Amino acid sequence: MSPSMKRSITRRKIADTAFAAVGLSATLVGVVTLLALILGLILDGLPRLTWQFFTSYPSRFPEQAGILPAWVGTCLVMLVTAFAAVPLGVAAAIYLEEYAPRNWVTDLIEINVANLAGVPSIVYGLMALGLFVYQFRLGASILTAGLTLALLILPMIILTTREAIRSVPTSIREAAYALGATKWQTVKDHVLPYSSGGTLTGLILAFSRAVGETAPLMTIGALSFIAFLPHPPWQPEFPYLSFRWLMDSFTVMPIQMFNWVSRPQEAFHLNAAATGLTLIGMTLLMNGLAIFLRARYRKRIRW
Amino acid sequence: MIPTHESATKAEVKGLNFYYGKVQALTDVNLTIAEGQVTALIGPSGCGKTTCLRCFNRMHDLYQGTRYEGEIILYPDKINVIDHSVDPIEVRMRVSMVFQKPNPFPKSIFENVAYGLRIRGVDRRSELHEKVELALRDAALWDEVKDRLRDPAYVLSGGQQQRLCIARALAPDPELLLFDEPTSALDPTATARIEELVSQLKEKVTIVIVTHNMQQAARVSDFTAFMYLGRLVEFDKTDRMFTNPSNKLTEDYITGRFS
Repeated sequence: MSPSMKRSITRRKIADTAFAAVGLSATLVGVVTLLALILGLILDGLPRLTWQFFTSYPSRFPEQAGILPAWVGTCLVMLVTAFAAVPLGVAAAIYLEEYAPRNWVTDLIEINVANLAGVPSIVYGLMALGLFVYQFRLGASILTAGLTLALLILPMIILTTREAIRSVPTSIREAAYALGATKWQTVKDHVLPYSSGGTLTGLILAFSRAVGETAPLMTIGALSFIAFLPHPPWQPEFPYLSFRWLMDSFTVMPIQMFNWVSRPQEAFHLNAAATGLTLIGMTLLMNGLAIFLRARYRKRIRW
Repeated sequence: MIPTHESATKAEVKGLNFYYGKVQALTDVNLTIAEGQVTALIGPSGCGKTTCLRCFNRMHDLYQGTRYEGEIILYPDKINVIDHSVDPIEVRMRVSMVFQKPNPFPKSIFENVAYGLRIRGVDRRSELHEKVELALRDAALWDEVKDRLRDPAYVLSGGQQQRLCIARALAPDPELLLFDEPTSALDPTATARIEELVSQLKEKVTIVIVTHNMQQAARVSDFTAFMYLGRLVEFDKTDRMFTNPSNKLTEDYITGRFS
């Protein structure tokens, strides 16, 4: 190797090493910040994560306060969201993928669904305030909150479900049609079951986004200090199920957290950290479930 | 174009034109499918043989921008299967298809074969079992799978999967069975079994088979149609076509001068 060649290689390799260093630091900025954040939450919040914390109402005394109404509210709101968003989103995705003709109208719908997925969540809150709270007079209720979050994650659900549906090979659809199946038979017997792994994954990821949403719920007027639980969803008399809770006022965990953070006392900040830890735990659990489901379906379905 | 033969007619293609959007893929195709016989469609890649086959069960209806002209008359009731007034679902209930690559559903062996019956509303267990067994026997697969009907279809080998697809197509008792290059994804042994099967099955059902393999056409078919650039060049009894082709283009193709 001539010396000039060697010099050239060394010179060019310096740039290589330099970029690797820059790239590594760029990556670390993200990862380390996140880790520091979680570590901080754990240090502050973990001691507060006791049975008492989950079974108590908020209080003026930080060590007696808890997140009972908040986590019950979060669960009930998510229940409404699931019942509203899943059928709508999946049906829309099936229609767009399997039924809708390809023309400029469906192109337009497609572009708009993708755009809706990027609309800031507070805008959904404003829309819900006008539509659900004032127009339909549903108040700042669990129903309003659930429907608002359902609308918020609807575009996400449509997009991920379509993606899952598209992963079913054409040859499987053709096999069903060639036997004389109708469109609906092909969808319900093949396309839906074979894509359910991907669909479920998408649904869970959408929910884990909805769990943390704060802004749209504050916009519709969620309470931040609540010392009671909504009506229970069951009753002793027939028909045993009760829906009075739908119209109850509520709070959710991120709002409770926000409320505590904005107080001056240090002890409340520890409560907020514990709530944040609970939220992160819930999200991680949901993401884990999504990964598990995806792996399981991938193993069961082979083309 | 229509050869004289002893058996009755099962289907008749008359002046068939086919378009993918503005591109014309078939031009004025005329041929007769004899009942209880095997008719092979051969020709170089892109000649329109698969396109022609997929007209018989209106597969093109699944995709936008396709258009048929002309007639494919299905006997005995003489319906024109490519006419708009005829429901493609009815056509596909009478005309089954086996595809190029084995495409079993990711379900059990039993459910694969039973599917055509289930969508027709058959759900009595005894009837399902009887027909599934018959179809698997006809597809020469019964002995290999009778003890594991509940196993997923993907545990089968490629050749077995293709015979499963044949059983699936046979179970609803079709009048016409279409094969679209059924052995192109299989090894020679599996290919031989499928070819043997095709020759046996014509006792039960009229067969149209697309193949790019001329030896295969010579081995399994009674009639052969040679297509080139979307047109039917020659249509005759297979033995005559392969020994004494009347068209120069056919001769060049079957002697391997182009492919």
